[in-house]
Amino acid sequence: MLAFILRRLAQAVIVLLTVALIAFSLFRFVGDPTNQMVSQDTTVEQRIEMRKELGLDDPVYRQFLRFVGNAARFEFGVSYQNKQPVSKLIGERFSATIELALTSAFFALFVGIPMGVYTGIYPNSLLARLFQTISLVGVSLPTFLIGILLIFVFSVSLGLLPSFGRQGVVRIGSWTTSFLTLEGLRSLILPAITLGLFQMTLIMRLVRSEMLEVLRMDYIRFARARGLSDRSINFRHALKNTLIPVITITGLQLGSIIAFAIITETVFQWPGMGLMFLQAVQTVDIPIMAAYLLLVATLFVLINLAVDLLYSAVDPRIRVAGKAA
Amino acid sequence: MNKKTIFSAGLFAAVALHAAPADAQQTLKYAFQGNLNTLDPHSLNETTTLGLQGNVYEGLTARDKNLKIIPGLAERWEVLDGGTRWRFHLRKGVKFHNGNDFNADDVVFTATRTAARNSQLSVRLPKDMETVKVDAHTVDFKLKAPNPILHYAWDTWYMMDKEWTEANNATQPSAPQDTTPSFAVLNANGTGAFKITEHQLGVRTIFDKNTAWWGKPEHNLDKVIFTPITSAPTRVAALLSGEVDVIDPVPLQDVARINASANAKVLEGPEVRTIYLGFDQMRPELTASSVKGKNPFKDVRVRKAFYQAVDIEAIKRQVMRNASVPAASLVSPLIFPPVGQIQRWPFDLAAANKLMDEAGYPRQGADNIRFEVDLDCPNDRYVNDGPICQAVTAMLARIGVKINLQAVPRAQFFAKANSPGYNVPFYLLGWTPGTMDAHNVLNDLMSCRAADGSGGKGQFNNGGYCNAKVDELASKVLIEVDTAKREGMILEAFKILHDDVGYLPLHQQALSWGVQKNVEIVQRADNQPLFYWATKK
Repeated sequence: MLAFILRRLAQAVIVLLTVALIAFSLFRFVGDPTNQMVSQDTTVEQRIEMRKELGLDDPVYRQFLRFVGNAARFEFGVSYQNKQPVSKLIGERFSATIELALTSAFFALFVGIPMGVYTGIYPNSLLARLFQTISLVGVSLPTFLIGILLIFVFSVSLGLLPSFGRQGVVRIGSWTTSFLTLEGLRSLILPAITLGLFQMTLIMRLVRSEMLEVLRMDYIRFARARGLSDRSINFRHALKNTLIPVITITGLQLGSIIAFAIITETVFQWPGMGLMFLQAVQTVDIPIMAAYLLLVATLFVLINLAVDLLYSAVDPRIRVAGKAA
Repeated sequence: MNKKTIFSAGLFAAVALHAAPADAQQTLKYAFQGNLNTLDPHSLNETTTLGLQGNVYEGLTARDKNLKIIPGLAERWEVLDGGTRWRFHLRKGVKFHNGNDFNADDVVFTATRTAARNSQLSVRLPKDMETVKVDAHTVDFKLKAPNPILHYAWDTWYMMDKEWTEANNATQPSAPQDTTPSFAVLNANGTGAFKITEHQLGVRTIFDKNTAWWGKPEHNLDKVIFTPITSAPTRVAALLSGEVDVIDPVPLQDVARINASANAKVLEGPEVRTIYLGFDQMRPELTASSVKGKNPFKDVRVRKAFYQAVDIEAIKRQVMRNASVPAASLVSPLIFPPVGQIQRWPFDLAAANKLMDEAGYPRQGADNIRFEVDLDCPNDRYVNDGPICQAVTAMLARIGVKINLQAVPRAQFFAKANSPGYNVPFYLLGWTPGTMDAHNVLNDLMSCRAADGSGGKGQFNNGGYCNAKVDELASKVLIEVDTAKREGMILEAFKILHDDVGYLPLHQQALSWGVQKNVEIVQRADNQPLFYWATKK
């Protein structure tokens, strides 16, 4: 097991280097950062000097090596726009994104699974058909549209929930949370639903098809023949056996939730890393873009590793390679 | 039935979570599309940043609701020694937010800080200016050459407290490569009507009323909360739901909807920014065109044909939804009224086609076109910039010119269009003179430029328009102290440019803010958010 983890970590380093390299080659095409930092009255001479001081005129490979060298020491430079260390900026935004992502994942699981079970057990009922329709909306509508739709229904028309921002934030050490206040929870509802809707429908459809399959199994028939209650059959026997793929998917999707929070955060002006990344792209704030991409890559690698380990723990039939079968 | 149940369950949950607001204070909530990136008044020379800072910091001069210069931290000033010495008499009894007195030492200190290397506001001060303290409340500015508009942009040259800035190690604005931000980036200590009590970058900034302000407040606010809201539909939703009081800007397509709502309205007014098209008249051959071996834009007939082929009224009506004022010059009449005399070349397709024929570019080939050329546009910088360029593309097709439209985000656009490359044969740009004076346009857009834009002249004359007479006028205007003569020369330069068709001016775009009906706010043509003139019922 240890060898497996070590090998995975070694692979992670390669993944991160690759991400950094690809990111760096893309930065050549996003525009000139100095143009976004100066005013219209800044002279050409000052602009040239600024480029030189930021090291933007160095060859790409030198800029890349410098970045990797600094990143290895957790030094990500200073944002071009805000003149603040990137690590500090990301640190401030990290909790907002993580809280939003976890809430969305929670929503996706605890709404998606019951809906999946229901549609699996009563595939032809009216409610099941309704759930199916909702799930179709979830998979086919783009996130920003869902977000705007929710805002217009719940904020503008009904005036029930805030349309933007993260409110009622409480600071605990370096972590900020909106879980502890009513205001904070209210501001979390719409973005969490927007971000989690796709995952919710995914989980629902997954559970549904797994349920349909499991319910046809022999052991379920025997259980029925034995006269066990429906409740016991559906939840103790059937559901339990559908959960393995659900765990895998949930784990993998958590990474995407964090990475793709960009759109939801922008629609709801949620002060997370995704919003900061999008603004950084618009203003060619390369230090923020580079650090964000590396961080997301790291998260993906870690989550995948955790899922692999969890997978073998949940299903004893599966053993990761590296340990004798 | 079931759907209904779920829906009402959701409603119930939401109602249960609804907190009752308990706010007896008068709070103005202001949402803008961008962040307030720095509180340092000398770090970033950008309208909104300086405008927001202007509620906290103040300059020696100020501008009234119609952009007229009025006394600010200086009660009065006089010009001595034929325009080479300006004496400013400072207002007495002014205090910074931390309680320190404002005096001549602060002015001398601020002048030094502003001239520092990483200050973008150094352009506010002539290079060789000397700042001399005469007594505690009198300061002399000594110049090498007369400068009639020295104080024009001083309304946004903000005064800092010497003691506070020194004590916090912020005597220099942050450099681009600094690893720790200067204290002044995150904290502010001005003399203005509001003081900043909380500043969370990209989240919100809170301005509290300064009860010790020297002026007589015309606002009735206790607090202003500034929030950036990047996404336009969210901004509009926040206004309609009453969560914010003012939004800037309103997308043109939402104007009617906001005006139709019960609680909000759109405030529209002219902006001083001029949107125009420019031609590369410098290169012997255009960078992206089917014409080889020569540059068609060197021929005034081609430029004039382009001008007369653009139906500006159609752009105003269809693209700008009437929220624009067609322009005949590169400067708004709000800044320099005499340009109102200049009339646009009329829209006339027949004349335009004739000019193209005369210039020697007949329609030819299977496509029946005269030539092809790229049009470079930003698509996220000005109001409807992308659609304007699409309209121009269609209009020029009618005189047989095939435009290959390159509409890209501003970051890419400016990297290509600006110095040192100036790689745009035909382009769209907008310009607001930083000094609010026409000379800036003469110098930056109309003077001949060096190939790479260095030397301080014509840096944003991206097409390289060049007329020696205009250059001469620009240099004379800079030092002419007689107002009537000065205005005469400026007008002459704009008339020459008009006859040369050096540019194709389009329009001044309109400002459009969304405000709650119970809010009164002054919308000045320079688009600054001015909380000190806002009232809320």
